Amino acid sequence: MYRIIKRNQIADNIYEFWINAPHVTKTGRAGQFVVIRIDEHGERIPLTISATKGEDVRIVFMAVGKTTQQLAALEEGESIRDIAGPLGTPSEVKKWGRCAVIGGGVGIACLPILARELKAAGNEVTGIIGARNEGLLLLEDELREACDELVICTDDGSKGHHGYPADILKEMVADKALDAVWIIGPAIMMKITSFATLDTDVRTFVSLNPIMVDGTGMCGSCRVTIGGETKFACVDGPEFDAHQVDWDELMNRQRTYTGQEKESLEHYHEHKCECGEHQ
Amino acid sequence: MNRRLPEERLQDFKEVATGLPEQTAVLEALRCMGCPRPLCVDGCPVSIDIPGFINAIADEDFRTAARIIKQDNMLPAICGRVCPQEAQCQGTCILGKKDKPVRIGALERFVADWERENGVEPPQTAPATGKRVAVVGSGPAGITAASECLRAGHQVTIFESLHEAGGVLTYGIPAFRMPKDIVRFEIEQVLALGAELHLNHIVGRSVPVDELLAYDAVFIGTGAGLPYFMSIEGENFSGVYSANEFLTRVNLMHADRFPEFDTPVIRGSRVAVIGGGNVAMDSARVARRLGAQVYLIYRRREEDLPARQEEVENAIQEGVEFVCCANPTRILGGPEVQGIECTRMDMCECDESGRPVPRPCTGEGSTFTLDVDVVIEAIGQGPNPLLAGLIPGLKRGRRGNIEVDEDGRTSIPHVFAGGDIATGAATVIWAMGSAKKAAAAINQMLADTDSE
Ligand SMILES: Cc1cc2nc3c(=O)[nH]c(=O)nc-3n(C[C@H](O)[C@H](O)[C@H](O)COP(=O)(O)OP(=O)(O)OC[C@H]3O[C@@H](n4cnc5c(N)ncnc54)[C@H](O)[C@@H]3O)c2cc1C
Ligand SMILES: Cc1cc2nc3c(=O)[nH]c(=O)nc-3n(C[C@H](O)[C@H](O)[C@H](O)COP(=O)(O)OP(=O)(O)OC[C@H]3O[C@@H](n4cnc5c(N)ncnc54)[C@H](O)[C@@H]3O)c2cc1C
Ligand code: SF4
Ligand code: SF4
Ligand code: FES
Repeated sequence: MYRIIKRNQIADNIYEFWINAPHVTKTGRAGQFVVIRIDEHGERIPLTISATKGEDVRIVFMAVGKTTQQLAALEEGESIRDIAGPLGTPSEVKKWGRCAVIGGGVGIACLPILARELKAAGNEVTGIIGARNEGLLLLEDELREACDELVICTDDGSKGHHGYPADILKEMVADKALDAVWIIGPAIMMKITSFATLDTDVRTFVSLNPIMVDGTGMCGSCRVTIGGETKFACVDGPEFDAHQVDWDELMNRQRTYTGQEKESLEHYHEHKCECGEHQ
Repeated sequence: MNRRLPEERLQDFKEVATGLPEQTAVLEALRCMGCPRPLCVDGCPVSIDIPGFINAIADEDFRTAARIIKQDNMLPAICGRVCPQEAQCQGTCILGKKDKPVRIGALERFVADWERENGVEPPQTAPATGKRVAVVGSGPAGITAASECLRAGHQVTIFESLHEAGGVLTYGIPAFRMPKDIVRFEIEQVLALGAELHLNHIVGRSVPVDELLAYDAVFIGTGAGLPYFMSIEGENFSGVYSANEFLTRVNLMHADRFPEFDTPVIRGSRVAVIGGGNVAMDSARVARRLGAQVYLIYRRREEDLPARQEEVENAIQEGVEFVCCANPTRILGGPEVQGIECTRMDMCECDESGRPVPRPCTGEGSTFTLDVDVVIEAIGQGPNPLLAGLIPGLKRGRRGNIEVDEDGRTSIPHVFAGGDIATGAATVIWAMGSAKKAAAAINQMLADTDSE
């Protein structure tokens, strides 16, 4: 059992949890993730390592379905059954020169640890974060500290630049002010944003989020096509060269269980009312 | 082995084979001639004193029978169920030459089940040595190595990356062949000897390699967990599974009981399973229990199926339809699976091993399609690549398996390996046998360093 040390709601429907997991924090690095399972009946779901402090790891998630909603309903001091990790290959952190880290929606959560590592490796780091509206922005203060510069975008103009991170990225590319960029967010956002660096020398990484089961390379659920080759995102990735990704396949595979996910959530809400266990 | 009726067993995941009643077991034991040079023992990879334990059953002294088996095999309830006995102990039993061999596996299972119900006697362990042994993986190999090192008095730490111990016994072999409470029980017997088990620990990641190598000895039993895919068109459509994924969703995550358990699986109304081994049979029989019509597509003839005969019979009884001499060439549909296209195969001359080589037919009628909505590929697994690749100086074979000598020694002096990671995908008892040898070598090495 792994204890929830701290719990915060940090944006609309987005939560930050600190969980005690010394085996994860010992070597956990930017780009890696954990797999959690709440209880005996739970699904194994992957969540990115957003930060580590001592023996505690931070995860940040949006309560979208059964598992993330159930997680969000847990309190400080309660425990989850399993947390495995760190999993995946760490980000390619080295001295690139000028880097940008771009987060869309809950993908912003992945940036602090990455920005810090890139800075420590001697890079100049620009953070660009985007969300639909102000209420969905997160970790602003922390990122302002971790990056040399932070640009905020909202789709509706409620804060910062009225538009998308892709707009800012395009400008940076045009100014030739960039060596490497990480784009992390929903698949469609990563796909579209990465167009900005097509046919340039800017190394462009994205963090893919296919459906996973074990997260250790044993099942092949997470397979993605990269440059025409099948890769397992949980061991070969989750970060890959954006311009090699078969995005349509990824998005199709993500939708595999749409019907069951809905059923699972309905079952959860019904069951919750009956037993009154979780409020 | 007696089996439950197919109509009944398709309704649940309870065990198909029922055990021997006491009287039958004793009568069966009386058939054994107690050969002075027992050939059966040569067929058992861990050389159990088979006539010895069978003789005790005949005397109705089941406690002694259990004691004899456990000198060589700490997991008898498991081996009694899943060993391919016809190719091992029963395959060499002298009675099999003229008549039926003694049902050694069923007797072993009987003794283990009897002991579980009547209280287990813990084995003798040597006094503590203060030496630390790390075991990576909690499959049959890891559990066996742990048990042997514990009995020698060493302090043993087992690391397992999943949330449950047991390896393939837990996530791969379905409950109707290997009930999970029995797996858990047998593993607990080993843990009770004092092992520390760390679940959710991926060695090479959660446990860095230098920390692993700091143990006095290391045993690697990480198995053959890497699923192979055929590399045919349409393979990444929704609804195409590796056998590992499909079986893990059901066996480890209990997707058969969705939504009571959270993990989903596509049940499929018509399912194609590709392959002809035990893994393919397991996948097909699980898919039947989820309610689908199931085709099993195999390249060669029915008589060439590499799966155990008993499992093929079970699959047939349960209504799995065999499509032999057929090779899948393309999965149709997108983004969901709608069908599978196959080429008929012709059997031509035999290869060196005497097996006929399948060759695709050409011309009219040589391809056909099956309408299916789920495809499960059960065409084999490779060595788990994660850890082995991270240890500097660890010699590996061409396919990524860890190279070992007869006693499980690797190219690094205090690192040993056994089970599927060393041999390639094999069997439970081979994994245990190789782990036992490696553990003996570890115990010898640690005793030698002590006396220096
Ligand atoms: C490497 C990786 C890192 C991730 N990091 C984060 C993160 O830091 N924060 C965050 O909020 N989300 C993250 N995700 C996505 C997160 O795993 C899903 O949101 C979560 O599994 C949803 O579960 P649910 O039961 O709440 O929702 P569901 O209703 O089951 O599903 C909602 C959506 O999540 C996806 N999903 C469902 N099950 C899985 C699964 N087992 N594995 C992967 N995706 C699944 C589906 O495509 C679906 O569209 C990450 C995914 C991956 C692969
Ligand atoms: C579906 C199926 C059916 C089978 N049926 C039979 C049968 O009927 N009879 C038979 O004799 N054999 C059968 N086999 C084969 C048999 O199960 C294997 O040969 C045997 O389990 C191998 O044991 P092992 O301990 O080497 O590996 P595994 O059982 O694979 O165990 C390896 C363990 O190591 C863990 N691990 C891997 N990497 C790490 C790491 N880096 N850190 C920590 N832990 C790690 C894995 O999670 C796993 O739990 C079957 C196999 C399958 C897949
Ligand atoms: S362990 Fe397997 S091979 Fe050995 S006697 Fe038992 S059933 Fe036979
Ligand atoms: S070979 Fe057969 S008959 Fe002889 S001891 Fe072994 S089991 Fe008994
Ligand atoms: S999640 Fe199973 S192999 Fe990647």
